[in-house]
Amino acid sequence: MAGKRILMAGNEAIAEGAIQAGLEFYAGYPITPQNELTAYMAAQMPARGKVFIQAESELAAINMVFGASAAGARAMTSSSSPGISLKQEGISYMAGCRLPGVIVNMMRGGPGLGNIAPSQSDYFQATRGGGHGDYRTIVLAPGSVQECYDLMFDAFDLADWYRTPVMVLGDGMLGQMMEPVAFKPASIQEKPPVPKPWALTGARGRQANIIRSLLLKDGALEALNKELQATYAKIQKKEQRWEEYRLDGARVIIVAYGIMARVAKNIVTSMRAQGARVGLIRPLTLWPFPVTPFAEKKKSVVKYLVVEMSYGQMVEDVKLALECRQPVRFFGRAGGAIPSEKEIVAQVKALLHG
Amino acid sequence: MDKLYAYPRSLKKTPTHYCAGCGHGICHRLVAEAVDELAMRERVIAVAPVGCAVLAYDYWDFDVTEAAHGRALAVATAIKRVRPENIVFTYQGDGDLAAIGTNETIHAANRGENLTVIFINNAVYGMTGGQMAPTTLAGQKTATTPLGRDVASQGYPLKISELLAQLPAVKYVERVSVFNPAEVFKAKKAILSAFRNQIDGTGFSLVEVLSPCPTYWGKSPKAAMEWIRDTMVKEFPLGRIK
Repeated sequence: MAGKRILMAGNEAIAEGAIQAGLEFYAGYPITPQNELTAYMAAQMPARGKVFIQAESELAAINMVFGASAAGARAMTSSSSPGISLKQEGISYMAGCRLPGVIVNMMRGGPGLGNIAPSQSDYFQATRGGGHGDYRTIVLAPGSVQECYDLMFDAFDLADWYRTPVMVLGDGMLGQMMEPVAFKPASIQEKPPVPKPWALTGARGRQANIIRSLLLKDGALEALNKELQATYAKIQKKEQRWEEYRLDGARVIIVAYGIMARVAKNIVTSMRAQGARVGLIRPLTLWPFPVTPFAEKKKSVVKYLVVEMSYGQMVEDVKLALECRQPVRFFGRAGGAIPSEKEIVAQVKALLHG
Repeated sequence: MDKLYAYPRSLKKTPTHYCAGCGHGICHRLVAEAVDELAMRERVIAVAPVGCAVLAYDYWDFDVTEAAHGRALAVATAIKRVRPENIVFTYQGDGDLAAIGTNETIHAANRGENLTVIFINNAVYGMTGGQMAPTTLAGQKTATTPLGRDVASQGYPLKISELLAQLPAVKYVERVSVFNPAEVFKAKKAILSAFRNQIDGTGFSLVEVLSPCPTYWGKSPKAAMEWIRDTMVKEFPLGRIK
């Protein structure tokens, strides 16, 4: 189907991207606004010779992903904010056992049961580990339906290369909206799998494999933690991804990710047309946070405006990246509210003329 | 001359951390013997619980994964679904299988997953210091029932095996014990049946083993075995349930 463009919802594009990236096992539990993803998997996975299970709970779903991954399969689950909170136990175990896997969070309003409107309020949970213990998950933030599809290939590769859970962080709007998607050629889809000599396959012709995070011997758990930290340091060095838009001579740089960056990009385009020196940095990896583009501009006279569908979460990473050397302004709305173009333009103007 | 007795290939020669008189040593060995007799050491993937048997992977010599507390049957479900050619079993205690993991247990059983479950019922939480388990007997004293389990406020011993036996997708449920050599022999037979069912593709099979915990029953190893024989089996009758 390569070359053709197909109209898909973000949730469907994630599912199709995952399947083309070699997904072998999916388990999920119903929750709005990501049900199209689970339904797509239910229809497609068995038909393509793969495993689909509607789990009895979010806990079961993530622990099924743990099991499938332990057995060497590419595995994933998806949910939305309250469901992702429930999955944190399993994600921590996967990190501790060094098991790859992909978790999709199509964020909705919180806290608590919240509502089903789009939100970006789970940034802290996604980028700081989320569950117990000293661990991180790689977090990818698609900004279009095409990227929903494309990033699934990266998600599974990164998970396998680094033996870590990877989170794909979208939101309810991205999941529901429809855009044309171009599929990758079959040659890219059919890459050889990453070897997994650690996987449980039966101890034939080798010593028994054990997957565990319980390490009671003196120093053993510290050694695991050091190994994890070394992996995270490598990820931070090699895997920062971001998009820069119209940064040439920019006096104000908007920082936004996901669907919020779509709005911000349109604002940059229209304000540039009117001569305003505005640009955009859009992180594609939220962890590792792309500090590089900020470090490069440390010495220039630039003001930053961070826009989020939250009350200020990614803004902390922007300030850390800038080491508080430049002014950072924040504007956000949450609980299902989305910052409007008018509100953001007013914020940019205040910075330009302030 | 025939060899009548040998150390199981599937059991490592590692001293265990179990207390004197604990039933886990017997049960680990029965599983290892069954795995050897069915010539499936290289096909087996086990899921260890959280509880006293959390370190089972230190004692068995085949592929084993840990699972979060109660989630063994969710983990096992996925392993078996992606590797149907392997023999997958869980080894779980009463707290793991019938309290924190009840949901995973019931739904794996109800889906009829082609798995083998070895369920060790010793009526207490051993690892954490002898608290009340779902299977603690009425009146039984534990760390969290210092006056004895009061069924009026703390509920009755949960007969999870009988509950599971009602599900149409569950194919085999048997309760056994290890309080004397004859019972150990029966336990081994049941474990073999539960594994054979998986090999044949029959479906979800569970063996509940009434197993002693002398430490948290406050009894000598011998008295603990006698307590199973004289008291525990009255609440949890032995034999084939389904």
